Amino acid sequence: MDLAGLIAFNVVTGIATLCLITIGLGVIYGMMRIINLAHGELMMLGAFTCIIATEAGINIWISIFVLSPLVVGIIGLVLERTIIRFLYGRILDTMLATWGMSIGLTGLIVTVFGNNVRTLANPAPSFGIGAYSTSLYGLVIVAVAVGALGSLFALLRLTKFGLILRATMERPGMAAALGIKPDTVYMATFALGSALAGMAGAVLAPISGVSPVMGVAYITRAFITVLGGGAAIVTGTGLASMLFGTIDELVSFKASPVIGSVAMLMTAVVLIRIFPTGITGRFLRRSL
Amino acid sequence: MNGENCFADQAKLLRVTNLRSGYGRIPIVNGLSFSVGEGELVGILGHNGMGKTTLLRTLMGYLPTSGGRIEMSGMDITQRSTTQRARAGIGYVPQGREVFPGLSVLENLRMGCFLNAEPENKVIDEILTFFPRLKAYLGRIGGALSGGEQQLLALARCMCGAPRIVLLDEPTEGIQPSIIEEMISTLRDIGKARNLTILLVEQNLNFLSALSQRILVLQKGMITSEISAETARDPALIHDFVGMA
Repeated sequence: MDLAGLIAFNVVTGIATLCLITIGLGVIYGMMRIINLAHGELMMLGAFTCIIATEAGINIWISIFVLSPLVVGIIGLVLERTIIRFLYGRILDTMLATWGMSIGLTGLIVTVFGNNVRTLANPAPSFGIGAYSTSLYGLVIVAVAVGALGSLFALLRLTKFGLILRATMERPGMAAALGIKPDTVYMATFALGSALAGMAGAVLAPISGVSPVMGVAYITRAFITVLGGGAAIVTGTGLASMLFGTIDELVSFKASPVIGSVAMLMTAVVLIRIFPTGITGRFLRRSL
Repeated sequence: MNGENCFADQAKLLRVTNLRSGYGRIPIVNGLSFSVGEGELVGILGHNGMGKTTLLRTLMGYLPTSGGRIEMSGMDITQRSTTQRARAGIGYVPQGREVFPGLSVLENLRMGCFLNAEPENKVIDEILTFFPRLKAYLGRIGGALSGGEQQLLALARCMCGAPRIVLLDEPTEGIQPSIIEEMISTLRDIGKARNLTILLVEQNLNFLSALSQRILVLQKGMITSEISAETARDPALIHDFVGMA
């Protein structure tokens, strides 16, 4: 029974982790159709921002929830203005450009901080599930994932900005004819997706370790979750994370984390084969 | 003929002088001049491929001009972006409607209110009095409406922004006759209530003559003549002007 409780806790944490990894990419790919191969590096920058800030004496929670998203959001905004905005509508070119950005960002951090793995002290205490002990930080990850998905849903569904953003992504030319500046909306969307990636990197830093090449570990998982989820960012990310996160955690428990990742990837391949437009492309088409 | 001889006493809201544009190096609009006065309803008639839609897309800023000048209330907007032109008071209902398919009817109308300083609810309530058919569909997504309903939505959305001039591109294309009649009466009602200025591109002669005060005939990217609405109702005369009836 204790073991079942621990496994359930790990499954929920795994789902939340996948959600967090994916949500920033979901905003950028799901809304702008930009295949952002630098997504993992944006997460890495968030993690580095967090670790540098905490080493400078800033409260870890402020570093995670304020500084990291802010810094990475600004970096995303600069990248969009200087590189991405010239490539809208050119999928292959944006892939190459963001791949170049990922290599450049990794190289920059290696040059400045060295190619070391840094650690950030886990700010949450342990707690017991019967005979087993685990970190309470898993609950933080779950709360942040739920909060991020809920906030994104509220932003898109309930605010004027969300309405403008959805309309611009559907028909940018028509949005312009109604007085909206699509360029500004694209810039804000890319910055929002980057900020979410930065926050995700920072949230996961205490449990994952921080290194310049950590982004590689996230990018594949993020992409298969976005593709598996389909066009609806919030619902798709949530459902695909539930499916893939559950399979990953359960198979990892029964076999090993490597086999868990393989099982997750196989599930994604089958899912995308059956539903090429993802879960929400087949079901729940009107969802966000 | 430059289309400026009528309504010379009316303040010119839109003035187009020697306008040239096209796709890449292919010229479609070839040195075209006309003007539209405040409150005027002006039609543009021409065969397929004569440059009607290209003209409206150029006026709206989707296509760059290769020559000439576009003025809105005396302000040169030739080099302005689509957004800036919308902010200068030009409303646009494109061919094919282009409603936001994933947004509800109400959300489409809210998008139309973006440039209107009045409270959204008030604007939408007022617009829906002209488009009562849409009231039943406010929660339905735009993409699920029929072609005619989408056209009404596109018109209503445009009106929500209180534009000073509306560019209408073939609003009757593929629309059932009952809705065409509804559009005529709705546009007349709004025109009267708001002193609306309309530049209408259309091939449906009944629709064009029912709404227009004067009609400019467009051939090979140039305005070749100007005819009255009465002339457009006479198939024999219209054949003489544009070879269509």
